[in-house]
Amino acid sequence: EDMFANSFSPLIPTSPSSMLNQYKFEDEPELRDLFITVDDPESHITAIETFITYRVVTKTSRGEFDSSEYEVRRRYQDFLWLKSRLEEAHPTLIIPPLPEKFIMKGMVERFSDEFIETRRKALHKFLNRIAEHPTLTFNEDFKIFLTAQAWELSSHKKQGPGLFSRMGQTVRAVASSVRGGGVKNRPDMFTDINDYMETFNQKINLLDKISQRIYKEERGYYCEMKEYGPIHTLWSASEEDLVDSLKGVASCTDKCCKATENRMAGLSENLLPVLHEYVLYSEVLTGVLKRRDHIQAELDSKVDALSNKKAEKDLLTEEIGNLEDKVACANNALKADWDRWKQNMQHDMKTAFLNVAENNIHYYEQCLAAWESFLTSQTVDLHLGEDSEDKP
Amino acid sequence: MHISFSNNFCDPCNFSSKMMEDCLSKKIEITVSEAEKRTGRNAMNMQETYTAYLIETRAVESQTEGQCSPPDSLWRRYSEFELLRNYLLVNYPHIVVPPLPEKRAEFVWHKLSADNMDPDFVERRRIGLENFLIRVASHPIICQDKIFYSFLTQEGGWKEMVNETGFQLKADSRLKALNATFRVKNPDKRFTELKHYSDELQSVISHLLRVRARVADRLYGVYKVHGNYGRVFSEWSAIEKEMGDGLQSAGHHMDVYAGSIDDILEEEEHYADQLKEYLFYAEALRAVCRKHELMQYDLEIAAQDLASKKQQCEELATGTLRTFSLKGMTSKLFGQETPEQREGKIKVLEEQIHEGEEQLKSKNVESREFVKSAWTDIERFKEQKNHDLKEALISYAVMQISMCKKGIQVWTNAKECFSKM
Repeated sequence: EDMFANSFSPLIPTSPSSMLNQYKFEDEPELRDLFITVDDPESHITAIETFITYRVVTKTSRGEFDSSEYEVRRRYQDFLWLKSRLEEAHPTLIIPPLPEKFIMKGMVERFSDEFIETRRKALHKFLNRIAEHPTLTFNEDFKIFLTAQAWELSSHKKQGPGLFSRMGQTVRAVASSVRGGGVKNRPDMFTDINDYMETFNQKINLLDKISQRIYKEERGYYCEMKEYGPIHTLWSASEEDLVDSLKGVASCTDKCCKATENRMAGLSENLLPVLHEYVLYSEVLTGVLKRRDHIQAELDSKVDALSNKKAEKDLLTEEIGNLEDKVACANNALKADWDRWKQNMQHDMKTAFLNVAENNIHYYEQCLAAWESFLTSQTVDLHLGEDSEDKP
Repeated sequence: MHISFSNNFCDPCNFSSKMMEDCLSKKIEITVSEAEKRTGRNAMNMQETYTAYLIETRAVESQTEGQCSPPDSLWRRYSEFELLRNYLLVNYPHIVVPPLPEKRAEFVWHKLSADNMDPDFVERRRIGLENFLIRVASHPIICQDKIFYSFLTQEGGWKEMVNETGFQLKADSRLKALNATFRVKNPDKRFTELKHYSDELQSVISHLLRVRARVADRLYGVYKVHGNYGRVFSEWSAIEKEMGDGLQSAGHHMDVYAGSIDDILEEEEHYADQLKEYLFYAEALRAVCRKHELMQYDLEIAAQDLASKKQQCEELATGTLRTFSLKGMTSKLFGQETPEQREGKIKVLEEQIHEGEEQLKSKNVESREFVKSAWTDIERFKEQKNHDLKEALISYAVMQISMCKKGIQVWTNAKECFSKM
């Protein structure tokens, strides 16, 4: 489908930084024509509840959209609705994960600034993932989510199937697989994916925990260093002849402190959200595989029925024919999406860890510069040559 | 790793060059080269485990032209070092006596052992004891002490020799010293200032060491947790076709990174020991101040005594009673004494006054000489302290630089591996 045939309005440039944030190089050199941001969390207090809404801004040049710019406010519930609609419409596509409803760990309050910011970033990622997906990006519910005013969305939501039936698909799928439903005739490829995901799930969870721990230790280090530097300044008050040396050490320590702050920010902005998203992706993929198995199970049970009930043979044969098509479609969709997901995952991991490495190099370079300039200032005074390790 | 302390620090200012040449440290090389666990029986005949240290001494001249004669050596334990130091403290109260390394491990961070038998602690103590001996040997005055020399050279009977000097009897009681500190009226202002300085020094170095230990703890945590990446990357690489190699080799670098912290922190511990030495030096400074206060108080009491005796004499001579005295009251009640009695009393008092004046004179001289020689040593100490602490801070910077360079290298390697993912 030619995406440019319907574009009459030119691409409206958003601010350069926001464009760069969302522009991602894909293999196909197609231009992005849908830009979404999630920002501006706002608290709403009613008699019954308190909840947060986020501003969702969409800029697009697509013809299917009546306007080129939209601004709506959405709450977490709305995102949940969107996700389940997408799962329903595309049971064997890998729908991006949503951030958790609330963190059970207890350390972060439901409405703390840190929690809201983390959630906002994850929701932003969620919508952009959908926008980048070759199929999901054209989903009708997605369009409505981005464009409808609050009352429009509410009435649209009510039209769809009830909450329980929406949840039902995956639940039924899980149930059927527990009964040993779809595992019988599962193609090797999907068994391989399943096995891969088991290990991947384990490892990504470990990496998530390790990275969180590193962040905690770095923060602890930062706090102690903040106290460490000033002690040297205090000491310099009673040492006439050591003022320069002591103040120098204090200043270096403070610089290292700032450098640690930057390193921590790097972790919390880049690595941690990526790892966490992939932790959530593990659950998504488990669900996708189960839904595929469930579709397969439907076919298998009809085939079984056919071999038992000769009476409704024609009807069953027709049903089986349809189901065979359904299974084939599901399998192909999953296969394609799996390849795409794998590629993205590799790219994301590589980028994230490269970023970690670069942040660490930058951190050590900053500290090195501080200490080297201190050392130079000290050894200039002493006429005795100091035995310093950094001589080439 | 062994960081050598300055072996030859004899201050230029107030000591003649002859004295510097005579410093024991210029004539013999002293090392505490080994430590050994021993078991023996203590004073109460109970079995105990302790560490003995091997002191080796070698004449400096014997090391010319590559010839190295075997050193003389003997074993000493920590308590003998303590005995030596106490002896020096009593006999050289005007000297800032170098401190011993700590008796028990303090300011430890959680991975560091607080156990006195821990090999790392023993090793650091060995270095500290060597440093102590070199400090004493480099001091122009105390290096000439015979007991010190015997400590280095005479294994048997040294303890008895020290005790025979009777130095314990010469020691000022704590109570006496405390009393003087509170009641002295006119101590030399410089000593009062020095006391405040040493309090500040002790307080700030303690604080610094405490926080440094916490910093070390956190730094250890940051590095070690990265080691977990190594394991997980390796396990993960098993299921990844394209990313596998990059992950695996990156994991290896994470292991290297995690392992590097052990050496880094061990080196830093030596830096902490350098600071600790000056923490303990603060106490040595206070000891000199206390001695001054004691002498000054003694002087003030003696002067007071003399003044009151002179007044008594005057009253007897002129017959006037300016101060209340029991004698005066009784003589009023029972009649005045005879002229002969009065003469006798005056004569006794005059003798006492004369004695007292001589004593006061010599006490004054003593006190002035103490102040002079103490202040000379304090100036020497200040120069040493400034030099040593500046060097210590520089060595700290060198350590930080080395740590940063290692970090850059490891992460650059890791980055390359990640880019191959």
